[in-house]
Amino acid sequence: MSHEAAAGEATSPGRNFARLLQSPLTLPLVGLIVVSVLMALASPNFFSLDNLLNVLRQVSIVGILAVGMTFVILTGGIDLSVGAVMALVGTITAGLMVNSGLPGEAAMAVGLLLGLAIGLFNGALVAWGKMPSIIVTLATMGMARGIALIYSGGYPISGLPSWISWFGVGRIGVVPVPVIIMVVIYAIAWVLLERTAFGRHVYALGGNETAARLSGVKTHRVKLIVFGISGLTSALASVILTGRLMSGQPNAGVGFELDAIAAVVLGGTAIAGGRGLILGTLIGAVLLGILNNGLNLMGINPYLQDVIKGAIILLAIYIGRDWR
Amino acid sequence: MLELQGIRKSFGKIEVLHGVDLEVRSGEVHALLGENGAGKSTLMKILCGIIPPSAGTIRIQGTEHHFANYDAAIAAGIGIVFQEFSLIPYLNAAENMFLARELRNRLGLLDRRAMRKRAGEIMQRLGVNVPLDVPVQRLSIAEQQFVEIAKALSLDARILVLDEPTATLTPTEVEHLFKVMRELRRQGVAIIFISHHLEEIFQICDRITVLRDGEFVGSCAVSEVDNDRLVEMMVGRRIESSFPPKPVFEASAPVVLEVDNLRIKKNGPVSRFTLRKGEILGFAGLVGSGRTETVLAMLSAGPVASCTLKIDGVEKRLSGPDEALYHGIGLLPESRKEQGLITSFSILQNISLNNYGKYRKGHWFLDLKKERKATQTAMDQVRVKAQGPNARVDTLSGGNQQKVVIARWLNHQMKVLIFDEPTRGIDVGAKAEIYALMREFTAQGNAIIMISSELPEVIGMSDRVCVFRQGGIVATVEGEAISSEQIMTHATTGSIEHVA
Repeated sequence: MSHEAAAGEATSPGRNFARLLQSPLTLPLVGLIVVSVLMALASPNFFSLDNLLNVLRQVSIVGILAVGMTFVILTGGIDLSVGAVMALVGTITAGLMVNSGLPGEAAMAVGLLLGLAIGLFNGALVAWGKMPSIIVTLATMGMARGIALIYSGGYPISGLPSWISWFGVGRIGVVPVPVIIMVVIYAIAWVLLERTAFGRHVYALGGNETAARLSGVKTHRVKLIVFGISGLTSALASVILTGRLMSGQPNAGVGFELDAIAAVVLGGTAIAGGRGLILGTLIGAVLLGILNNGLNLMGINPYLQDVIKGAIILLAIYIGRDWR
Repeated sequence: MLELQGIRKSFGKIEVLHGVDLEVRSGEVHALLGENGAGKSTLMKILCGIIPPSAGTIRIQGTEHHFANYDAAIAAGIGIVFQEFSLIPYLNAAENMFLARELRNRLGLLDRRAMRKRAGEIMQRLGVNVPLDVPVQRLSIAEQQFVEIAKALSLDARILVLDEPTATLTPTEVEHLFKVMRELRRQGVAIIFISHHLEEIFQICDRITVLRDGEFVGSCAVSEVDNDRLVEMMVGRRIESSFPPKPVFEASAPVVLEVDNLRIKKNGPVSRFTLRKGEILGFAGLVGSGRTETVLAMLSAGPVASCTLKIDGVEKRLSGPDEALYHGIGLLPESRKEQGLITSFSILQNISLNNYGKYRKGHWFLDLKKERKATQTAMDQVRVKAQGPNARVDTLSGGNQQKVVIARWLNHQMKVLIFDEPTRGIDVGAKAEIYALMREFTAQGNAIIMISSELPEVIGMSDRVCVFRQGGIVATVEGEAISSEQIMTHATTGSIEHVA
């Protein structure tokens, strides 16, 4: 075995190129460039600043959901509840403002805490309840959606203070507020994953949970926190959604968990955990957004768009799968 | 029967096999020897068609073969039992043997009776009695191995490769395996036997072939060599004793760890032991005698019914490995790949995995520079041979991987380290280095618990030995009493204590 290793690490002219190929960011980036060029060829408007900012604005919600999803998937878990949690948080926040007369800031704070709490609940069940995350979050997904529908009676709750819309459609300079929020969240996530012990433990858990536990990593706590982060990012995404819709909609975000998972996987993160980068997720989310945007600009039938997106995701995963 | 000639293999520009010959006759057990990294595994992978050779020929009964893949090698009559079994744990022995080539009846449904009958016949040919109806996960390791061998034979293997089959067996099971091997030899099967236990070579093998660093060193009858000569052929120099000298032990040395009333299961046997400053306490016993389980119970890392633990005389209750770490107790598990290392991590990340506290800046953040420096120091201390701290650990040899795990713990101020099979699958040279590191650690006033299934290791390293049998400690021996006879007697006939 050691000989093979020596062969693999031999210095040769192709080494830098090989290293470049090994970077988990390479494939997502290539995909992003290819899709961008194709879209630009198909629609000359594509590369305008306006359109690009528009794409990023559209990406922001799924992009933020995908941050929490990245943490969870890196540990080897999955969180199906993000879309439903986003809807529940939006509905409750709007309800507290409109029906209970709570000040907007307080209602939003409650909403963020609620998202965090649901995430921690998921995490506790996975860590201490020793239940598989796919089942736990499938159940809480249904519960969150159900509670949102009960609370709102199935109707959107509107009549929010007008400043809420700033989070959805406002701009600072030319840059949309949702894009700024998203970038800040990604920056924080990057620091957490790359520059803190917690981040390393997240990767360690996905790489080999037994080894991590036996060497003294508090694996239960790491699980609790990653699901907490996912709940919190769901709530943050709901702030933008609420600002855009200017209402709390119990039916919002259906299927968003799948888009978030797709963004993470397109970004080169291994679905089994342990390997991946948060920047890859950002690229994956943008890639997904460009596809949506480009297909719309081309005026393609929305049903056909889903088929094309699915095919592209399959192709991307086929190319990027583990070759070893 | 089998003739490999001038086999060469290169990965990229680096050649790892430099023209190796191997000739195996039918009806003989042929030992393939060499340190880890000598090229045994690569050679066997070539024989089984898993990787193609760069040069050289493979002849079976005079016919030249070029195997395109594993299936082609099987079709040519080669069977291999890997170190890690390829059995499906939930299927029974017969189902495993006929996996992917199930016998069918006229309706196209599984013909379970026919498969069971064939399986029974093959087991009979092996002269073993393995239950065919229970999921293989409930069989012992030895029985699972017999299923693997039977599977190979059911494919008409005439050349059987056994890759370190005895590594995880108890002495009785090894004896049983040897009986099966002798029976197959009598039936004319050619067996290639890989083992690190030299005494086994003399017990069972007819001829040997030795590899060293990818070179063919020599081939001869077992009767022409002795132990020292074998080791010399393998390492290229004579190794005297690989165990460092034991220090003179003061009886008054303070106790760092005192364990009492430890029960893994309710109503199970009770274990008690003490660990003194500066000593290596050996945990001996047969595989499955409860040594690992006892250690895991003590740390609350596995099932535990009761345990009273005193650290430096103060009673403590550990809630898991993380709290053990806090109290300066660390575990180096027996299976490095499954339990010790994050294989997708670099050496650096593996070493610093549990001691980020040391490289913080601004309380929350990692100081990457400091981490790199500390890792380099730790690597140098244990002499890890690698490209650098950023090399992935799965590219390292077993010995270097173990050194990485050791470095992880030496990077802390640990008081007690628990080594579970510290040198399993590690070559002779690296073994001596690891023994030296262990003594270095105890010489600094720390203590070690060493679980080991290798008697020479237990005897050569331990200052005292706790002997396990059937889930508990049956005896503790020290000084002159540490001998193979004493330990084996306790391990096989000692009586366990059930009263609390």
